Amino acid sequence: MPSIRLALVALMLLALPARADKVTGFTLDNGMEVVVIEDHRAPVVVHMVWYRVGAADEPPGKSGIAHFLEHLMFKGTENVGPGEFSRIVEANGGSDNAFTSWDQTAYFQRVAADRLGLMMSLEADRMTNLTLADEDVQTERNVILEERNQRTDNDPSALFSEQRRAAQYLNHPYGIPVIGWRQEMEGLTKADALKFYKTYYAPNDAVLIVAGDVDPDEVRALAEEHYGAIEPSADLQPRARPQEPPQLAERRLTYTDPRVAQPALVRSYLAPERDPGAQKKAAALTYLAELLGGSGANSVLGDKLEYETRTALYTSAYYYGTSLDDTTFTLALVPAEGVSLEEAEAALDKALAEFMRDGVDQQLFDSLKTQLRASEIYARDNIQGLARRYGRALTSGLTVADVQAWPEVLQSITPQDVMAAAHEVLNREHAVTGYLERPAAEPAEVTQ
Amino acid sequence: MIRFVASLALAVIVALPARAAVEIQDVTSPGGIGAWLVEDHEIPFVALEIRFKGGASLDAPGKRGATNLMTALLEEGAADMESRAFARARDALAASFRFDVGRDALSVSAKMLTENRDQAVELLRQALLEPRFDQEAIERVRGQVISNIQSDAKDPDAIASETFFRLAFGDAPYGSSIDGTEESVQALTRDDLLDAYRGVIARDRLYVAAVGDITAEELGALMDRLFDGLPAQGAPMPGPAEYRLGGGTTLVPFDTPQAVALFGQEGMDRDDPDFFAAYVMNEILGGSGFGARLMEEVRVKRGLTYGVYSYLYPMDHAALMMGRVASANARVAEAISVIRDEWARMEEAGVTEEELDKAKTYLTGAYPLRFDGNGPIARILVGMQMEGLTPDYIVTRNDKINAVSVEDIRRVAKDLLQPERLHFVVVGRPEGLDSTN
Repeated sequence: MPSIRLALVALMLLALPARADKVTGFTLDNGMEVVVIEDHRAPVVVHMVWYRVGAADEPPGKSGIAHFLEHLMFKGTENVGPGEFSRIVEANGGSDNAFTSWDQTAYFQRVAADRLGLMMSLEADRMTNLTLADEDVQTERNVILEERNQRTDNDPSALFSEQRRAAQYLNHPYGIPVIGWRQEMEGLTKADALKFYKTYYAPNDAVLIVAGDVDPDEVRALAEEHYGAIEPSADLQPRARPQEPPQLAERRLTYTDPRVAQPALVRSYLAPERDPGAQKKAAALTYLAELLGGSGANSVLGDKLEYETRTALYTSAYYYGTSLDDTTFTLALVPAEGVSLEEAEAALDKALAEFMRDGVDQQLFDSLKTQLRASEIYARDNIQGLARRYGRALTSGLTVADVQAWPEVLQSITPQDVMAAAHEVLNREHAVTGYLERPAAEPAEVTQ
Repeated sequence: MIRFVASLALAVIVALPARAAVEIQDVTSPGGIGAWLVEDHEIPFVALEIRFKGGASLDAPGKRGATNLMTALLEEGAADMESRAFARARDALAASFRFDVGRDALSVSAKMLTENRDQAVELLRQALLEPRFDQEAIERVRGQVISNIQSDAKDPDAIASETFFRLAFGDAPYGSSIDGTEESVQALTRDDLLDAYRGVIARDRLYVAAVGDITAEELGALMDRLFDGLPAQGAPMPGPAEYRLGGGTTLVPFDTPQAVALFGQEGMDRDDPDFFAAYVMNEILGGSGFGARLMEEVRVKRGLTYGVYSYLYPMDHAALMMGRVASANARVAEAISVIRDEWARMEEAGVTEEELDKAKTYLTGAYPLRFDGNGPIARILVGMQMEGLTPDYIVTRNDKINAVSVEDIRRVAKDLLQPERLHFVVVGRPEGLDSTN
């Protein structure tokens, strides 16, 4: 028998026997959608408000305004002073943050579960009462320019990605970076921010996600109390962004930067996204990405390029289907020492052609199916991750039912589905192939 | 609304927010291996955190990078499986193993489903105790490590870190990157990797924590299987590392629009009786919250950066207090000057009662939020063991934070902060800034 000492550390045990993925959804009278995810393992709650507006909804010439507004949302309301929002959250032992993407802008706090009402009162307040001082706007514009420096201008691979994306989308605003183009960021004003705010920040454009140690009925009562009285916006238009025309010509580009340490090849293909009630193609593409370049040692590109031919140091493939409009399917490769990008690309194309000819390896496919099923078990351990999953989906045109059906849709996929999706998407007419390179070596002045 | 919000905020400050709901069992296996366990049968998997103290600081002289390369090879083939066969076996079980190494420890983070735990444990045992170090895998992973080293040579943050630690610790293990240099990694042989393996993978430096769907009995049996044959003793730990960097500025010219500055001075050991006072003091000076002085002065008031912070960095053989800021080349000199002023102001005058109260409320409230999920809890538990803490630390930790007084911080700030010895390493093309040496 093992000798077990039970060093008892008695803490408040609030855990109730409930599944971590118990989800309840409802809508307030003013149109605000609410999703409650119960997890009673710890007395903690994640409170998120997601707006169905992002960088791809910005007016022309105002790139970065969605993200700039996200920063300015911390600069105070008629009731709460600049910076006070975060200070109140911290004074309650919580942490808060926000993020902006192409399809959504989200604000969230993690805090002890009994502080949920306070978080709602603060978030409801800044949904309608934002007030901005001119000097705060000026200073914060410098902050977002430094953020652009840090995220993009200081990182050649981020600049490379920005250029590739701009080439990928011929017409859709997904080609514009979320942080914004620098020259447009420099011109963003308080009036721009407030106009965007007044157009889009309203309960009927928002999704509330509450995840953690909460009861759905109590959340409903609190949500009605704090958010229920806010008037819906009458002028919200359907989200109709300019769509892509048929893409008929492959695009190729080379980005050269002396800060590049390791040349790389990235190719992205325009690809369909998850649509409400029609997620099968996206599920097949999820398999395709894993098959081609999921785990290095156990994937088609890894096997052929890293192990067999030694052409590449790294290979990967990725696809993220949760998107309102057309998304991308991407392959990336870092060539081995002494292999040029042209040679690496030829090897990549050869590997893809072999895959298209030979089809899916059944053993690898079965293993992926098991992993995708297991990932649902592991996902239940991360309540914030679950909350994000719902928030992102519901602001990308999907419903709670779509999110709940997704694991089953994944399990229903066959190798034939995967190959059909591969034939449709892996077409270079709608692809961008990019080389990331160092400048050619300077000719030496003295050669002896 | 402001009054409603404000009064509610005031009302709750006195009430202590939620406490972490964990019950730690101190388990000893029949074979005598200890572990801390939190049982939670709600989700059918277990997170296992394993640490071997010593880490990359056990690299033999002239063999920098050996432990790092060895660690990367643990998942590249074991027993009768070459690397791809090992990956296939792991993926078929949907198990996840992460091998990582730092200056002071090698870590293994594993997640295993209950339904096939025995098979997953056997696979992990083979990786840990029967690694192959095939020449084919060595060459392939060596190429990846060298690629990382080359990337670091062009990355402002990595250049700043490499420079700071070289200046601070010279030839001691802390003085260089754990990756090694291109030359040192190129020269490593299979025997060097086997030496590194024997140096660090041993029972006299082993720490284990498990959280999730497993009982104490099952964990005891699991550990005896997993560590069967683990050698008793590894390499001796390196001695204290002498900190040799004075005040000033070191400029590393690099063409990039935004300069990155890493700054630091000597810090405080984790077991110092004043550590909590220093920890709270740092939270007020350079913590992650928007209320912190550096964030307020450098970002909120002046818009000089997207982020600035400082932190205590106690390691096993030395202790630092460090920070980072990044600003456009034209503005970084001003950011540095503001940071130097704040460092001196804290050293001179400490904090106010109001600042201290806010920091305490935040730190004590945020603590239980760290315990969110099996993996994070397992990492906290193994970290506590390595620091020599007892399980009841979790309930007493907030009391220690609350016991810190304004006077404690004034005294500790005077002792610890040395504005004249604060050194900045700046990577970029900063305007109006020069090296001091």
